[in-house]
Amino acid sequence: MQTKKIINDGNRAVDEMLEGILAAHPRHLTSVDGSPRSIIARDGARPGKVGLVIGGGSGHEPTFLGFVGKGLADAAAIGNVFASPPPDPILECAKAVSGGAGVLFMYGNYAGDVMNFDMAAEMAGMDDVEVRTVLTTDDVASAPRDQRQKRRGVAGNFFIFKAAGAACDLMLSLDECERIARKANDHTFTMGVALSPCSLPQTRRPNFDIGADEMEIGMGIHGEPGIARGKLGTADEIADEMLDRIFTEMAPKRGDKVAVLVNSLGSTPLMELYIMNRRVKQRLDAIGVSVHATWVGNYCTSLEMAGASVTLFHLDEELQTMLDHPCDCAMFRAG
Amino acid sequence: MTIAASDLKRMFDAIAEAIEADRDRLCQLDGVIGDADHGIAMALGFNAVRDALALVDLAATEPTALLNTAAKSFLNAVGASCGPLYATAFMRTAAAVKGKATLADADIVALLQAMAQGIKDRGKAEIGEKTMVDAWQPAAEAAGASNAAGKDLAESLQAALAAAERGAESTKDMIAAKGRSSRLGERSLGHMDPGAASAVTVIRAMRDSLS
Repeated sequence: MQTKKIINDGNRAVDEMLEGILAAHPRHLTSVDGSPRSIIARDGARPGKVGLVIGGGSGHEPTFLGFVGKGLADAAAIGNVFASPPPDPILECAKAVSGGAGVLFMYGNYAGDVMNFDMAAEMAGMDDVEVRTVLTTDDVASAPRDQRQKRRGVAGNFFIFKAAGAACDLMLSLDECERIARKANDHTFTMGVALSPCSLPQTRRPNFDIGADEMEIGMGIHGEPGIARGKLGTADEIADEMLDRIFTEMAPKRGDKVAVLVNSLGSTPLMELYIMNRRVKQRLDAIGVSVHATWVGNYCTSLEMAGASVTLFHLDEELQTMLDHPCDCAMFRAG
Repeated sequence: MTIAASDLKRMFDAIAEAIEADRDRLCQLDGVIGDADHGIAMALGFNAVRDALALVDLAATEPTALLNTAAKSFLNAVGASCGPLYATAFMRTAAAVKGKATLADADIVALLQAMAQGIKDRGKAEIGEKTMVDAWQPAAEAAGASNAAGKDLAESLQAALAAAERGAESTKDMIAAKGRSSRLGERSLGHMDPGAASAVTVIRAMRDSLS
């Protein structure tokens, strides 16, 4: 049986979504002429500023294009559902936001994205636009600690893009923007849990099977199987399992500061996210780590998947400054 | 046997039809160890190739130009992983037959070898890593050996297909080392790699159309 969706045509879902987004946010967003999958900020790129291009597959809204705007990303290249964009729209983004100071590509570490963005970076180089790439690898569950470079980028993109976007907006050099982006990635730790699958608009079939009473810890945002499947736990048990793994990696010390993101994978409601956040705060209090800021809601989704992720952004003075820097995007505002 | 641009167009049409028919199976294979979109991406790509080649004046087009058109249309329709991989494969085939108005048996074998090498280079994958390389590389090698032994194109393509099928089957016993399923570790065991499975479908359509 097909899943229920409010769509017209599965093959047109991404383009029709983009039409709706541009209609809703004309003050913030527009597309590059002749390249409708290249979404740029109305008030972003400017001469002398490093251009920040993010992007990836659709289905994760508000990631990526919701974070395009002044003080954050200058452009997002939009792929099909869960699929990297091809090089062309990425290249168009790079050209559109190049202010002569170089362009930073930032996206989650997935094989397809790496190939397409690398091809676009080569093409941009031929047009004399210098491109640097920083991959996000915040998903603690996706590879062992000594193989951090193999990990996926998931909801923690939110903090990593935010820090890099601030660095760019502060007119720092390409070297500095890249350094801060890498540092933000190194300081970001995410763990997810999935309760029920999502379905692609083209297939309208659940993209994995999971028992009615089961959960999967560490599942990826495209339904990639995670690290352990078990009986559905309570909110506190789930949060504890995630935080235990995050704390092991982050090694927080008493007096440290973090920013918290409790994110829905799509259909898990705010009520459940806030119940989880209650436990996150309790656990942080217990080890003497203070919370500088908290975001709870849909920030990096997987269509209608049920489940959630917890991200901790381990702050120092520099990263806190970047996080607090104002930004004004279609789907996110700060400062 | 002499192969012209019109034969290559027919070959791409046959691949598009075969992949479209195989779309749901490929998505299901991908759903087990990936993100369930492989059949969609492959169908999008080859349908775009078919549509682009429909606009080409075949009488005035050399194989190289046709293959470059295939590469560009595939890439820009898809993205994903298979976009750069197959686009690079077709670009390499275009380079391999540059300057030739028509292709002989050996050129088609060279074309298969160029595809396999392009896919390997772009994806930085080796045999045994549970990817489409596990079908493409043995297929190219088998076609090369068959051609070197003096067999005709039909026999060489049959050898390629048989090798690709064995290669795809062998991915069930592999732990993924590249691509999205590599995060699964041993949980990828027992499942065929969808990229290797679709490679078999592509090669079978090539055999059917060129033999």
